Amino acid sequence: MSVADVIDHLVGLEPGGHLDMIRRARAVARDNTQASYAALFAPDTEADMTKAERHALASFVAGVHRDPSVASFYASSAPGLADTLALEIERATSAGPYGGFPAGPLSVEDTHGPTYKVGDPQRPILGPRLSAAFEHAHMLVFHPRDSSPAWLQSLLDAGWSTTGIVTLSQLVAFLSFQVRVVHGLRVMQGVSA
Amino acid sequence: MTDHVISPGAHAKPVVFTQKELAWLPWLEPLPAAELTDRHMAGLVDASRAKSPYFMLLARDPDILGARTRTDKDIFYNVAAGLPRPERELSAAATSRYNGCIYCASVHARFASHFSKRTQDVQHLLDDGVGVDIGERWNAIVAAAVALSATPITFGTEHVDRLRAAGLDDLSIVDAINSTAFFNWANRLMLSLGEPDAPG
Repeated sequence: MSVADVIDHLVGLEPGGHLDMIRRARAVARDNTQASYAALFAPDTEADMTKAERHALASFVAGVHRDPSVASFYASSAPGLADTLALEIERATSAGPYGGFPAGPLSVEDTHGPTYKVGDPQRPILGPRLSAAFEHAHMLVFHPRDSSPAWLQSLLDAGWSTTGIVTLSQLVAFLSFQVRVVHGLRVMQGVSA
Repeated sequence: MTDHVISPGAHAKPVVFTQKELAWLPWLEPLPAAELTDRHMAGLVDASRAKSPYFMLLARDPDILGARTRTDKDIFYNVAAGLPRPERELSAAATSRYNGCIYCASVHARFASHFSKRTQDVQHLLDDGVGVDIGERWNAIVAAAVALSATPITFGTEHVDRLRAAGLDDLSIVDAINSTAFFNWANRLMLSLGEPDAPG
């Protein structure tokens, strides 16, 4: 979907209104948040990550955040995988952040939660690259402090390049940012009305 | 062959949250300096960032790095009105403490202390976590960061009311939202592409 400013669109921000003026007080951040979206979803090259992979991964990540408007915005870009995505989003949905700390004084704060694996029937539909990307994305969204080199090895083994891993990590992390800006602004809009 | 995982080997891994300066060791090969093009330099924004393994790894996709860096700088360094700089850093430090990014927390706790001169309160947050009592205004900012960082997100009108009661105007609250949201981006990159090192 092509919109002038994705966050305004997802929040339903009224041009010239109170919150719009506040957003425009940080115009460089506003413009570059949109430029970040464009860099991820309208890239100059698909050599390391195709647009179809970007849209499918974004739809998965937006889905597990359980924000209906953000989820449907990204789902509309990956219609071919709608049934598979719906299934895997349902299977992957969790509550975070959880995970372990380096062994030591912080170990008392370790909290455990699920490690998500794509369902066997869905794996051939998604293929090895997207399956590995979804599993990695679930870790990034819900238990990022469980990261280790082994997680990156799994992506390399599934056919991702180093550059592709950078791009997919940026995409998941950007969505973690975007969904929070949208949520926060929407709450502000509710109390300003 | 650049597509392989780097194991940092034996080094001093920090096991507590700290305000000391840490290094960061990548798990994937940063872009070699010899391969830097104008486009990569544009993505780095500041030429000095070519010395950082973190930014040189992210420079492999220069367009998103450039847009991300410009977003970052405006959220934190544009101090025309809104939330005072130390409290933007507090939002970043609290988010990093909650998500568990020891490296990110070290940088932004240090900045929060530097700009606020409240080093002990910042250390209290690092030592005891996000439930700490460091005065109502900072408690409200930390609580908002936690609620916005949880997945699913639990930030709601009660957090806005508390921030307003603590004296934040709406631009300041949006600055707090942006600071926390941005560290949900940063923490995930720093945590998943390398690890902190405690030199010396």
